[in-house]
Amino acid sequence: MADVFKPRDWSSHPAYLSPDYKSTALRSPTKPLIPLTQSLSEITGPVYGQESVGPLDADLTKNGAGTGEPLGERIIVTGQVLDEDGRPVPDTLIEVWQANAAGRYVHAADQHDAPLDPNFFGGGRCATNAEGWYAFRTIKPGAYPWGNHLNAWRPNHIHFSLFGPSFATRLITQMYFPSDPLLELDPIFLATPEGARDRLVADFSMESTEAGIALGYRFDIVLRGRNETPMDS
Amino acid sequence: MTKKQTPSQTIGPFFAYGLTPEQYDYNLNSVAMPQLTGENQEGTAIRIEGQVFDGEGAAVGDAMIEIWQADTAGRYAHPSDNRGSNTGFKGFGRVGTGTDPEQRFFFETVKPGAVGQGQAPHINVIVFMRGMLNHAYTRIYFSDEAEANTTDPVLATVPAERRGTLIAERDTRKGTTVYRFDIHMQGPKETVFFDL
Ligand SMILES: [Fe+3]
Repeated sequence: MADVFKPRDWSSHPAYLSPDYKSTALRSPTKPLIPLTQSLSEITGPVYGQESVGPLDADLTKNGAGTGEPLGERIIVTGQVLDEDGRPVPDTLIEVWQANAAGRYVHAADQHDAPLDPNFFGGGRCATNAEGWYAFRTIKPGAYPWGNHLNAWRPNHIHFSLFGPSFATRLITQMYFPSDPLLELDPIFLATPEGARDRLVADFSMESTEAGIALGYRFDIVLRGRNETPMDS
Repeated sequence: MTKKQTPSQTIGPFFAYGLTPEQYDYNLNSVAMPQLTGENQEGTAIRIEGQVFDGEGAAVGDAMIEIWQADTAGRYAHPSDNRGSNTGFKGFGRVGTGTDPEQRFFFETVKPGAVGQGQAPHINVIVFMRGMLNHAYTRIYFSDEAEANTTDPVLATVPAERRGTLIAERDTRKGTTVYRFDIHMQGPKETVFFDL
């Protein structure tokens, strides 16, 4: 007997087909998803925690540094990973990737004509502690243009990937920054149901700011909770 | 205290150096690889390969596929599987479709055992890509398990004419068992995706 997980809350997640985000047209399933009753296959999942985090993985201002320091505004991103019932999700891996301060990814396919930073890589990871808290240090990513429509720009964002306790709780999302004028123009952000969008925007946090070093942002993440109904088996 | 789920967002086109760095030759170790097997792995070694096709039938070169599976005895390496430790097989793999000239993905793994009575051996799959705002769940079943497939409770919920989209075709290449599993996002062969 083990708990099953609450369903994906489709009033919180974007629809697969979101016409203003053009690439969804040919890449979204057209037939309804088939309901699947959770079994061991879904309530188990890969276990990754603190042991998966190397010494520099949570400091993106250091893990790609060559002879100098990366350019841009140093920030600390911290927050708590919880489930829908408010329970902390302990010891779970968070993988992050992002553009540099100029809005350029190190990815070989990024064509944006903005400089790479020889001291910045942009990929890293951290894990939550026993109370679900995580933190990593990085450089505030720049906005970048993309081909979705004429003069389209992605707002500043950091990509997040989380496992949580099971295959069912897997989540990939993006963290945005407060007061970014590009948010209300971004088809990816706007594909999210209106009432759920603010959950993707971090709060500026004086409390997590390190004096003289880096500004703090707080981004809490909520994964699927558990149902009272246990799984038979 | 009730909280609302954090919305999903697309993985985007530039995940490779963060999530699959070793496969794409970036300078970061990977937490998960397309090879799931270590030395002296118990079980039957198999290779799974396929392509992801968009609605126009074009192979997608910026998708990421993750698999989660039981070991050869049908046990998961996870505390909720309380049937005792499995064979030391982690059972998780991750691959991008961007390093193969034909945008194929592949996994080197072992054939899973049936997890429970009446279930057919299967592998749990998540599909991510640019243009997908939510990941999609599907499953791989095996063409040489025809009898077990007829009793599997999940396959039974899938309309008969669509079950074939979940069944990987077995082939043998240079002594290796290869299962072909293509993922069609749309069209007449659209893969069955699950809400779980
Ligand atoms: Fe991005």
